[in-house]
Amino acid sequence: MNDVWQSDWGMMAPEWIVLAAAIVLLAIDLALPSDRSRRPLAWGAAASAVLAMIATAAMIPAEPASILHDTFRLDAFAKAFKLILLAGGALALLLVAEWAPKEGSPHRGEFAYMMLFALLGAMMTASSGDLLALFVSIELLSVSSYILAGLRKTAPSSNEAALKYVINGGIATAIMLFGMSYVFGLTGTTNLGDIARRLQESNETYMLALAFLLLLIGVSFKLATVPFHMWAPDVYEGAPVPATAFFAVVSKTAGFVLLLRLLVTVFAAAPSEGREPSSLLLSMQPVITILAGLTMIIGSVVALRQRSLKRLLAYSSIAHAGYLLAGFAAMSWAMIDSLWMYLLVYTLMNIGAFAIIAHIVNETGSDDLDGLAGLYRHRPLLAAALGLFLLSLAGIPGTAGFIAKLYIFIGLVVTEPGHYVLAAVMAITTVISYVYYFNLIVQLFFRPTFTAPLRRLPAGLSTAVVLCALGTLAIGWAPGLAYDVLAQFGHFGDFLP
Amino acid sequence: MMFLSLLVFSPLLGIVLLMFVRKTDARMIQWLGTAATVPPLILALFAFIQSGRGFRLERLDEAQDWVRLTDLPFLTDAAYVIRYELGIDGLSLVFIVLTAVLATLAALASMLVKTEKKGYFLWLLALEIGMLGVFAAANFVWFFLFLEVTLVAMFFLVGKWGGFERERAAYSYLLYNGLGSALLLVVIAVLIARTGTANFALLHEMLHNPVAQGQWIAPLTGEGRRWLLGGLLLAFAVKLPAVPLHRWLIRVHVEAPPPVVMLHAGVLLKIAAYGMIRFGVGLFPDEFRAFAGAIAVFGVINVLYGALLALRQRELKRVLAYSSVSHMGVVLIGLGALNEAGIQGAVFQSVAHGLISALSFSLVGVLAHRIGTTDINRLGGLAKAMPLFSGYLLTAALALLGLPGLAGFVGEFTSFLGLFQTKPALAAVGALGLILAAAYSLKAVLDITFGRDRKEAVMGSRPAAGEIEAHRAAVDLRGKEAAPAFILVALIVAVGVYPQLLAAPLAAVVETMMNGLGG
Repeated sequence: MNDVWQSDWGMMAPEWIVLAAAIVLLAIDLALPSDRSRRPLAWGAAASAVLAMIATAAMIPAEPASILHDTFRLDAFAKAFKLILLAGGALALLLVAEWAPKEGSPHRGEFAYMMLFALLGAMMTASSGDLLALFVSIELLSVSSYILAGLRKTAPSSNEAALKYVINGGIATAIMLFGMSYVFGLTGTTNLGDIARRLQESNETYMLALAFLLLLIGVSFKLATVPFHMWAPDVYEGAPVPATAFFAVVSKTAGFVLLLRLLVTVFAAAPSEGREPSSLLLSMQPVITILAGLTMIIGSVVALRQRSLKRLLAYSSIAHAGYLLAGFAAMSWAMIDSLWMYLLVYTLMNIGAFAIIAHIVNETGSDDLDGLAGLYRHRPLLAAALGLFLLSLAGIPGTAGFIAKLYIFIGLVVTEPGHYVLAAVMAITTVISYVYYFNLIVQLFFRPTFTAPLRRLPAGLSTAVVLCALGTLAIGWAPGLAYDVLAQFGHFGDFLP
Repeated sequence: MMFLSLLVFSPLLGIVLLMFVRKTDARMIQWLGTAATVPPLILALFAFIQSGRGFRLERLDEAQDWVRLTDLPFLTDAAYVIRYELGIDGLSLVFIVLTAVLATLAALASMLVKTEKKGYFLWLLALEIGMLGVFAAANFVWFFLFLEVTLVAMFFLVGKWGGFERERAAYSYLLYNGLGSALLLVVIAVLIARTGTANFALLHEMLHNPVAQGQWIAPLTGEGRRWLLGGLLLAFAVKLPAVPLHRWLIRVHVEAPPPVVMLHAGVLLKIAAYGMIRFGVGLFPDEFRAFAGAIAVFGVINVLYGALLALRQRELKRVLAYSSVSHMGVVLIGLGALNEAGIQGAVFQSVAHGLISALSFSLVGVLAHRIGTTDINRLGGLAKAMPLFSGYLLTAALALLGLPGLAGFVGEFTSFLGLFQTKPALAAVGALGLILAAAYSLKAVLDITFGRDRKEAVMGSRPAAGEIEAHRAAVDLRGKEAAPAFILVALIVAVGVYPQLLAAPLAAVVETMMNGLGG
């Protein structure tokens, strides 16, 4: 017990900051009279996320270390992905500050601190070195997310979203836990490093393969990849826009963190059957490849038919999960690097798009595509910014989205044999995605207006939009900015425990 | 020296200045937008003249560190570094001059565009930056980057300022060319992944003397190269376009505003020809031989198919659209011949068709503006009211059919000469297309300029409201409208009479390529 108290708690500084902020904000929300605006709470929460980001950045040069019997690891992987999670969280909180649903909501203080709790869960996932810690942290994220989805208490669609999310998430959790129990049963330990070491001598290939599939299914729910993506459009549509942005960005990043932490550390070490012994992870590559291909195809094809902006973005985020999964399926040396890059870029362009769409949905009260019509005429800068995010989502050069996509492409073809089919699917679905992204652009710039002019963008949203637009452009034209940060992590050489 | 960057990005100044002009100030926008295309023109002509005097173009090369994709320990220092690199040779210079000239003329011709002129010029200048960049890029990533700038700019120009079915044409353009680009991107990614570089010169080197970078990077096999070249050719075949991938071209030619078609037919189609020459023949000379026969066959199909369909059209824009298909086939024929005459002919034909189609569409723009229709059935006898216009139109037709002494002749002659040396039977079949070209271009133009009297023509086919008045009001070309046509005719004659103008800068490039092909 003693060594617990002698642990180097300083390495949890970012988590402490977020946790403390959440508790303080909770207390303030309870103490504040009910008629006072809760907007400053969201600003405070965003500030705490920024502070945690600074703390994380300050720890980049530190050697990898772990506390609590290897339960909490601070390696390059944890730092790198925490930076993205915190950036996404801070930006989503800026959206929360300006949230004004049409049915009115007197109690929205909880939005800010529930999001911080969810963020905390995501951060812990990045640092977990233990099955139990992974499970608990991903559940902290999930449970907080269920609440976030249902925050429009009087709106039926929001209630429906929360319910769907709880049920689907619950099933995913159960399946994942089932898979974890197999892993535990085969190795007798919950520590990821120990599991990896013990599995090296294991010959329970079929049991392990079953465990792998169960875990993959569980994670697929979190990632919203095919075939477990059905919940995403309904939840995205019903939930308040800032929560949707959070799910699309932070939850998705956390899902990929989980995917890498869980599947790579555990199964890369386990041997597989066959004439040429390789790792179980590599022998599962075809499964992941097929899932990635299907996710890209279904996500982008179904997106073509959407009229609702939020559903459109939901399917677009499914398609993007497919691209990310393709990067994972490649299993090249660029795997973690390219996923990090893509998630960073995805965070920027997606939150930027959500911020503007949140404003339009707030103002017009509808989230139909037509709501964008003629935005260019009365808000040219806003339309230009949204155009930029859409181009980036489509992966047009000159924006960050292109750089991220190029990196995944290179990862796909650098190995022998290259994943040419997957690369081709990615190329074709990208062109399909042109149709729906450019559909929005056509609405923005070509169509006449038939809505009243929008009000100016409130401070929180405009901050988010400006930051995201600058990031999208900067990484698009000077990708070195992001690659230099990435280089600090030394290709995640200390990733495997 | 930053000469090339300055050349490529100088229209940016115009974009910035235009931002500050009021939307309603059409005169100022027209003036500023046209003026913004002049600096690249001056710089391009300067480089052209200097290189004619023996200036070595390699001295203009620029390189700047841009991004290091990875720094894995088993890689050499230069691997996976993508730099911002510009560099030109005779081949690119010819196309850069073509682009700069046509951009200025298209800007001049844009005075006929009336709606939302400011946005129009912003995208037109962006398009120019993209086109110049494509030819000035010295590495694959930047080539692609500039190529996609043209894609987005064209989407806006066609979709917003085009004709009745403009959005459909814009999507058609976006999807066909997007697919081409996506395919190209896969090829680029494979090349970068397997060699660690995107620079053309380095790629050339690496493809000839492959260096193993360690077990993590697989080398390129002979089969892999053939696949890469196949992908490359298919990607550019969409953009050229080769039949049966040509449908988008017809829509764009018909729907886009005429000044934009000047650039589209004049320059954008040539990017595909440039790409096939630079990357196909330049990077994969040995593998190219295997494809040459198929390319020549496709070229002949393009020539005949385009010409036959052009013969059947009764709409001037459609005649010209199919004639573009036919003429781009000549480029394929030149490439398929795969000898010195052939490659030279392909470039000649690209430039010549660029000038001729620009001339045709500058005239179509005036016609559409004056009469409100380009339907040949509704036009006739214009020579009386618009003699100058009719004269230019006839010149365009003569250039289109390849009259000796005009630019088109040189391109067609050398391309076919090349093919006659290697595949005479195929060339003989393709040459039929030249006869058809005479038929369709003269038929269309003579119907418009002479043919039936215009009133009779209109009366005979139930005139739409105001159409007779439009015919009656038809006035001849004004000075500002005649200027682009005049300059283009002068250039067409110059290239036709003195082909050395183009042949000189190309000589060194073609020779290098022939060496690559093994003599």
